[in-house]
Amino acid sequence: MPTTAELAIAKQMPDQGGHFGDFGGRYVSETLMAALQHLEQTYETLWADPKFQEEFDRDLAHYVGRPSPLYHAERLSRELGGAQIYLKREDLNHTGAHKVNNTIGQALLAKHTGKPRIIAETGAGMHGVASATVAARLGLQCQVYMGEEDVRRQVMNVYRMKLLGAEVISVSSGTKTLKDAMNEAMRDWVTNVDNTFYIIGTAAGPHPYPKLVRDFQSIIGREARAQCLDQAGKLPDALIACVGGGSNAIGLFHPFIEDADVRMVGVEAGGNGLETGEHAAPLTAGRPGVLHGNRTYLMEDDAGQILGTHSVSAGLDYPGVGPEHSYLKDIGRAEYTAINDDEALDAFRRLTLVEGIMPALESSHAIAQAMKMAPTMGKDQILLVNLSGRGDKDMHTVAAIDGIKV
Amino acid sequence: MSRISSCFEKLQAEGRKALIPYVTAGDPAPGVTLPLMHAMVESGADIIELGVPFSDPMADGPVIQLACERALSHNTRLVDVLSVVAEFRQTNQTTPVVLMGYLNPIEVMGYGAFAQAASDAGVDGVLTVDLPPEEAVEFGALMKAKQIDVIYLLAPTTVESRIEKICAAGSGYVYYVSVKGVTGSASLDVNEVASRLDIIRKHTDMPVGVGFGIRDDASARAISEVADGVIVGSVLVNKIAELADQQDKIPEAVAAITGSMRQAMDK
Repeated sequence: MPTTAELAIAKQMPDQGGHFGDFGGRYVSETLMAALQHLEQTYETLWADPKFQEEFDRDLAHYVGRPSPLYHAERLSRELGGAQIYLKREDLNHTGAHKVNNTIGQALLAKHTGKPRIIAETGAGMHGVASATVAARLGLQCQVYMGEEDVRRQVMNVYRMKLLGAEVISVSSGTKTLKDAMNEAMRDWVTNVDNTFYIIGTAAGPHPYPKLVRDFQSIIGREARAQCLDQAGKLPDALIACVGGGSNAIGLFHPFIEDADVRMVGVEAGGNGLETGEHAAPLTAGRPGVLHGNRTYLMEDDAGQILGTHSVSAGLDYPGVGPEHSYLKDIGRAEYTAINDDEALDAFRRLTLVEGIMPALESSHAIAQAMKMAPTMGKDQILLVNLSGRGDKDMHTVAAIDGIKV
Repeated sequence: MSRISSCFEKLQAEGRKALIPYVTAGDPAPGVTLPLMHAMVESGADIIELGVPFSDPMADGPVIQLACERALSHNTRLVDVLSVVAEFRQTNQTTPVVLMGYLNPIEVMGYGAFAQAASDAGVDGVLTVDLPPEEAVEFGALMKAKQIDVIYLLAPTTVESRIEKICAAGSGYVYYVSVKGVTGSASLDVNEVASRLDIIRKHTDMPVGVGFGIRDDASARAISEVADGVIVGSVLVNKIAELADQQDKIPEAVAAITGSMRQAMDK
């Protein structure tokens, strides 16, 4: 564990260039540089403005429905026979996941810059839905890039986006998943930079995105910290969150960085098992490289080409990860592990049956990790799990695995 | 003096402009690239930009994305691209070769190892699309130590203070991206380019190459009247794609395009 002084420094990251230690930065073509600098200035000015903060807080309260509850999952905890499991209910947000915290924030930035059009990339579709939602509310034109493979896996969300007035653009280049959707969104932005605001859905990409997405998502951790102190009278022993790009995890973790006694556990997608190579776990099984504008842990081959990924959950199916997670891993503040598809599916069913809460397959990875850790811990200990989204969107995926047509 | 600088000096003395074709190495197959490079030189190319294939070419349009996919289907790695340059150098010691691509393959090889290998192969310049000068302090120093030029992009959106900073960091030539967009996108506005080049030249004595959106003899000629170099890529890569099943015809067919542009530019 880093020293108190080192944790204080970690809390202040990134530096002016967007670096989190060796990670992050702004590795982009010159064609994007002016847009990113403008975004950075806009963001820094507005984020420091109490009126913008009020506007953001008001939207989170009355449109998103915050604060989201912290729920003590007593029955699950009792069955597991160890630590008390508390669920941060981001699944109860408007649109059904944590993603909307960020799209509300970025849409406010778009509104203040006067751009009439927003674009977004999406994997599972939750960020696409959240972007289409705020676009509908603000009367902005919205186009969402989504990998062809994900369009097939997430038909419900594709239809939701259409109902919300957004256009979903199916991306058939490369591996046809989230990373290719992000490439395509970047290409769009370069071309239409004058009238377009790009809402990145995760705490990754070129500076200032990792910072601003984290700041918008940190409401999760701030609320959870206060709620845990209020309900349990102490801080949790460990935080658990799934990590694809890592925005729900960094949103939960960041307010706890200086609480050295609180373990932080990020859970990546182990897919068919790390040993098979068919997974999406760059922090657990990858190495540092540069993709999508930042230096971070990646899944790549020996020649530096980005590898295809596999996960049952589209939202975790990404070969990179937010740079702040790479940093927290390397300084030893957070630990990262992987949960396989099978384990995540078991957790999906168990939480649904035992607590009447159907988690997203992404969040099910965090639940599965909690189910592993809880029995090894004392009954007076607390595991705080970020239930980042609800599982309605995944029912047809689970049904297909069960051989049922819905 | 670097091969790039002497190339531009010679052209200037002759009152001509540089024709700089881009092709992706290993596209559509490894054996095509070397004869293609020689054929382009014979047709009048002055500098060759050789693309290093990357799985996620964010700044490129569909034409060059597909070229990368074809090259990667044969597993064309950075080391293979360097081997092609080394082979090219066995019979051509004068035509500058610039590697153009993305950072990650270089990152994996290691900056120091790459600088050494590129120098050994006879590479003259490196244009790494996603490595702006702010992130290139260590990289730039290592390249400079091996006398390899680091070439940077300037965009229509680049403000003057940044133009100055970028030109100070780069060497060889500077690459002006003539349109807002990705490679192979909409056609360019020559008057707009000319006025941007006037601004750029206030900040540097380096030659300025112009690329993105040059697709035929007329646009090559128009740009050659205002720029020091004409960079042409997608139109050549399109031809390569068309002939992917008749690979032996590729060098001649691509050289026919560059040769025709050469004539148009020299008129």
